[in-house]
Amino acid sequence: MTQEPTPTTSRYLTPFNVVAGIVVVVGLIITVLRFTGGLSTVTHLSDDNPWGIWIGFDLLVGVALAAGGYVTSAAVYIFGMKRFHAAVRPAILTGFLGYALVVLALHYDVGRPWRLPYPFLVSQGTTSLLFEVAACVALYLTVLFIEFSPAAMEWLGLKRARGLVVRLTLLLTIFGVMLSTLHQSSLGALFLIAPAKLHPLWYSSYIPIYFFITSIIAGLSMVIFESGLSHKFFKDKMDEEHLAGKNVVMLGFGKAAAWVLAGYFFIKVIGIAADNQWHYLATGYGAWYLVELLGFVALPAFMYAVGVREKNTTIIRWTAAWTVLGIVVNRFNICLVAFNWYLPSDQRYFPHWMEIGISVFIVTIGVLAFRFIVTRMPILYAHPDYEAH
Amino acid sequence: MSISRRKFLGWMGAAGVVGATSETARAASNKQFKGYADSNAVLHDMTRCIGCRRCEAACNTVNELPAPERPFDDLKVLEKQRRTTAQAYTIVNQHFPDGSGRPPVFVKKQCNHCLEPACASACFVKAFTKTPEGAVIYNADVCVGCRYCMVACPFDVPAYEYHKALDPKIMKCTMCHPRILEGKLPGCVEACPTEALVYGKRDELIRVARDRIHTFPERYLDHIYGEHEMGGTSWLYLTGVPFASLGLREDLGNKAAGEFTSGALGAVPIVIGLWPVLLTGIYAINKRKEKIAAEEQAAAVASAVAQTRDEAEGRLKAAMEKAKQDEDAAVAREVKKALEEAAKARQDTGQTGSGDEGQA
Repeated sequence: MTQEPTPTTSRYLTPFNVVAGIVVVVGLIITVLRFTGGLSTVTHLSDDNPWGIWIGFDLLVGVALAAGGYVTSAAVYIFGMKRFHAAVRPAILTGFLGYALVVLALHYDVGRPWRLPYPFLVSQGTTSLLFEVAACVALYLTVLFIEFSPAAMEWLGLKRARGLVVRLTLLLTIFGVMLSTLHQSSLGALFLIAPAKLHPLWYSSYIPIYFFITSIIAGLSMVIFESGLSHKFFKDKMDEEHLAGKNVVMLGFGKAAAWVLAGYFFIKVIGIAADNQWHYLATGYGAWYLVELLGFVALPAFMYAVGVREKNTTIIRWTAAWTVLGIVVNRFNICLVAFNWYLPSDQRYFPHWMEIGISVFIVTIGVLAFRFIVTRMPILYAHPDYEAH
Repeated sequence: MSISRRKFLGWMGAAGVVGATSETARAASNKQFKGYADSNAVLHDMTRCIGCRRCEAACNTVNELPAPERPFDDLKVLEKQRRTTAQAYTIVNQHFPDGSGRPPVFVKKQCNHCLEPACASACFVKAFTKTPEGAVIYNADVCVGCRYCMVACPFDVPAYEYHKALDPKIMKCTMCHPRILEGKLPGCVEACPTEALVYGKRDELIRVARDRIHTFPERYLDHIYGEHEMGGTSWLYLTGVPFASLGLREDLGNKAAGEFTSGALGAVPIVIGLWPVLLTGIYAINKRKEKIAAEEQAAAVASAVAQTRDEAEGRLKAAMEKAKQDEDAAVAREVKKALEEAAKARQDTGQTGSGDEGQA
């Protein structure tokens, strides 16, 4: 009996938890400042720059990166690619958390967050693309919640309710794809109304299509990226199907991403040609546009193809991370960099550190919620008492 | 082109149905909204403006806005380019389009009260209204504070109360709508000492502006800014120097803001109608493929089983036959053997006589 009793706290005092704890505390302090001092206390937003990173990152990037849910469930349940079945639950969970956090982030950004249901309940501004975004995001968050609920019900032992929801799978998947098509594209269409403010290289009447296609790319890449991380950190939670399915998912999704990126590259070029904007490519903004188009579209398309051909999952994983970064670059370009491009530099926007603080805080909440759920609910393994659906 | 009466009535009927069911979706029509009839506007003649900032002062008083950092008679403020803010619905900017040696041109900036406002089109709670009188007014009671109107406005007019934590509003010129309803002039127009601002019916003001351009061609450019810009505005500008050099953008085009989004909005019902059919179809095709594959597999298995069974039966039958033959042969052999033995025994008995019987 010489063994020292392990202190119960040490299990929680991991480096990750310490950092996450600090982020959460700082986030809560900024939250108090936001709701007592207003946006001017914690942001660099101005009358010229009404949207900052809380829209550019938390909304635009957040919704795009949460697209894995509809992409994966459509592949498995509609297109019948059952070999990707193991990827569905993690993707749905990420999608659900992603959308929930987007809505949380909007509470910081809008002036009177308790009025967020007003577009539906009080005064319907149906001529607004933002109305479409709001309606679809609200409905799709509900759909994702229902799609995610079987995992929670299995955890809680609610057999009958779970059986009921599982029977809705196909209906929910179709509804989810429809809503995603609408709001992913509408997020881009938000900028259609401001042709004079967005740089001509990024402004295009195709922008809703660009946003929809990039959401597919983001969804595929996020599933690969996240599956890589999950295999590193939650390997002990995985069953045979998930462990064996890793390479199938990476190769399959990597191949799809290579093709979709290639298609996206061509429609981007077509967009430039259609509006005859070639001459802008010779400017500073043109150089940055080429960085985005060649570095974050053409390059990952090629690297995905190489990775799939060589069956090299390391290349595919890194390409996925690079593509996710490319989505961030694209959304930032449209919302922040190419927006108000003609304004003198002293009137341009750069985020306040507290804006970044809230964005990091919200991502951290997402990671913590993901960890809480996958360590408890059957996400990375099939529950032995239930048949797969 | 001849149009029969029946055809014409049919078209009218169809137009009526479309008109009755959709007020906004008219992407494919060539109907143009030219503004409310008899709506009001303000004509800003920059050649008359002296940059005294009395309009700014009047606006501040009428709208009960906070006192500015520097008083309105301090003209040093003009040295810096400004924009409308939550504290100032209107500002005057000073430009030197002909170089610093020449006299400056002053531009008053405020909401242009578009005939088809971008802010109203963009607002997802219909907080903005274009009134038949001419003003674009804002209703803070429904505003969520998303600031999409500020993104949408091509003239960078709406401002926001960023310093308010819980009840921030959009702040912008109201064309003094309450005063207009009382029959008074907008505050800035009333205060203008040089008639650089004139209030009246929009159609009439356009005639007045044309008249001035016609009478003094050397003084004015032949362009009424706001007559067509962004579908037309209820604030009209006259000047003698290029508008772009005065901070009035000339690259906005003449399309109203709503026309940029009507195509995307029109795609919504198409997606809602088509996607479920398309996706269910893809599902059904895959399901059917799976079913056919399963059936083919089952058939292949069945035929393989049947073949194996037939072969096995054949072999069994052959084996049985062979066995029977063997058996028959064996029996025959045995019988033969027994007969031979019997014959042999009989022979032996014949040789030994009754010896055998005696033994038995």
